[in-house]
Amino acid sequence: MDEEAVNRPLVLVHRPPNFHFPFRHRLATQFNLFDPFDSPDSTRSSLLCRHAHNIRVLLCVDPTPVSSDLLSLLPALELIVGSTVGVDHINLPKCRRRGITVTNAGVAFSEDVADLAVGLLIDVLRKISASDRFLRASSWAKTGDYALGSKLGGKRVGMVGMGKIGSEVVKRLQAFGCIISYNSRRKKSAIPFPYYPDVYELAVNSDVLVVCCALTEETHHIINKDVMTALGKEGVIINVGRGALIDEKEMVKLLVRGEIGGVGLDVFENEPHVPKELFQLDKVLLSPHCAVATPECFDALEELILFNLRAFFANKPLWSLVNLE
Amino acid sequence: MSESETQSNQSRNQQDLPVVLIHRLSIFNFSFSTRLQTHFTLVDPLLHSPEPDSIHSFLSRHATSVSALLCVGPSPITSQTLSLLPSLQIVVGTSAGIDHVDLIECRRRGIIVTNAGHAFSEDVADYALALLIDVLRRVSASDRFGRSGMWPKYGTYPVGSKLGGKRVGIVGLGSIGSEVAKRLVAFGCSIAYTSRKKNPAISYPFYANVCDLATNSDVLIVCCALTDETRHMINKDVMTALGKEGVIINVGRGSLIDEKELVQFLVQGELGGAGLDVFEKEPDVPKELFTLDNVVLSPHLAVLTPESFAALQEVILGNLMAFFTNKPLLSQVQLE
Repeated sequence: MDEEAVNRPLVLVHRPPNFHFPFRHRLATQFNLFDPFDSPDSTRSSLLCRHAHNIRVLLCVDPTPVSSDLLSLLPALELIVGSTVGVDHINLPKCRRRGITVTNAGVAFSEDVADLAVGLLIDVLRKISASDRFLRASSWAKTGDYALGSKLGGKRVGMVGMGKIGSEVVKRLQAFGCIISYNSRRKKSAIPFPYYPDVYELAVNSDVLVVCCALTEETHHIINKDVMTALGKEGVIINVGRGALIDEKEMVKLLVRGEIGGVGLDVFENEPHVPKELFQLDKVLLSPHCAVATPECFDALEELILFNLRAFFANKPLWSLVNLE
Repeated sequence: MSESETQSNQSRNQQDLPVVLIHRLSIFNFSFSTRLQTHFTLVDPLLHSPEPDSIHSFLSRHATSVSALLCVGPSPITSQTLSLLPSLQIVVGTSAGIDHVDLIECRRRGIIVTNAGHAFSEDVADYALALLIDVLRRVSASDRFGRSGMWPKYGTYPVGSKLGGKRVGIVGLGSIGSEVAKRLVAFGCSIAYTSRKKNPAISYPFYANVCDLATNSDVLIVCCALTDETRHMINKDVMTALGKEGVIINVGRGSLIDEKELVQFLVQGELGGAGLDVFEKEPDVPKELFTLDNVVLSPHLAVLTPESFAALQEVILGNLMAFFTNKPLLSQVQLE
């Protein structure tokens, strides 16, 4: 570490071994970045132990797991700055017990994720990618028109999760004339739409489910066989949250049997593996976890992380705090 | 059926029902005859004989007193057809576009033309948005990538581009264009437009010239009518003005764009991408486009939902009933 860097606030960089995040240099001009993966295997853990008592902030690049073991090595840790929206890779109960604050990328990504959720929904309903495939296979001239899609306006959309992403999705869907209701951990008094405390009831009263909530122990497989059956044979599910929010095995079975109308999925239980049965189905739209893949997202993330690191060391309020309750 | 329809039903017998001539190419099916038959006597030459020659002789023998014609799909109505119908007063179209009708002859004869009005506007606008999100965020391309099983091998798919903040130029701010604008605003896009005339009721910036619009836009959404003036209006100059990152979405008519130039621009990387629901010579699509990942291709589906067909039936029925009872029409097209 160079001399000037030593005087800057210390930030532990926690990343996957082969991944260098693009704005590292910009951060290095303002902070003393301690990145264990810069050192060879042999010296890494002793280096960490030597500096551990000074480490108050951990920057978590990508969803690199922050385990109970790692947290035990960092007795002075006060803040984890996440670079993703999901924080299911961080041991949150331990953070809560230790009083460690966690921030995520929510504020930076919400609009882009919402744009994609809406894009996936219109695509599934109006069969855009399927008819693009049909056309590229030169089938239009031979077999005539493709099958009818279904109108977006008037559809009853059930939002599973009404946080920042959910709110941005709703703002967009209202312009298309959709009818909104939602399920969330708790009813939100500021939101004017019908609230269902139970996802099953939400599904019974919806044509579409948009899943954009956090993955926790409670929400694991929240979209299960009963919920999917309640949604019905014409039902459409869009998932931009985490793969494990849906019982993927059941979903595949129901899709293959024609018990669900269609799905648009940005996330899967075992990324990058996608159940092969889905490849044959026209009513399935696959997005390889691209919902945040725009340069604007990355710029916004960079600004957010920089802001939070500066604010922390200046004892100012942070943005995009994760509620650990 | 509404009460007034039932009542008007009961008070008429078949012979008294006004006659409507059905005009269609044999490839276009006419699926809503049942409802219309309770109000009108439908005369469909194709049911009598499918040969084009005998249709003309059928018309000259049977249709001289016909005052209303229902044109199914983009079946051409030429001056020759019109000359066989000396009593014709109204052409009721079933599509938003009416470029397949000889409008000059209609204007000369004082024949009224109606189109699908607002029946399709929301569905077409939804579709235009979907094509735009697809091109910018590579939805179809990443679906292909996912399906090919390449994700585990090659990792993440290349980045897309954000919608919010994009400057969208709408070419034609009619019924469809307005619905498109309403949706784009919810995504944080900024809107400008070009149209035959500036609309004083609309606050978006107006450009009299589509080239100027393109210079000041990141995206062009083409949803205007095809006329002699608008043919190939999206030409080489406009595409150059839009720029290498520019995106064009067309839900109007194929010939609004110089398709040969468009293909060149896309193949040479001089344009960011395109979403096309219409082509100059449907169903033929330039094959060079099939290998491009920044292009989304659609076989003229923007209007196709059961809901828009139901809305269309209402418009057709409404226009015909209004015509025969001398009431204001629902969707008369101004023939300038």
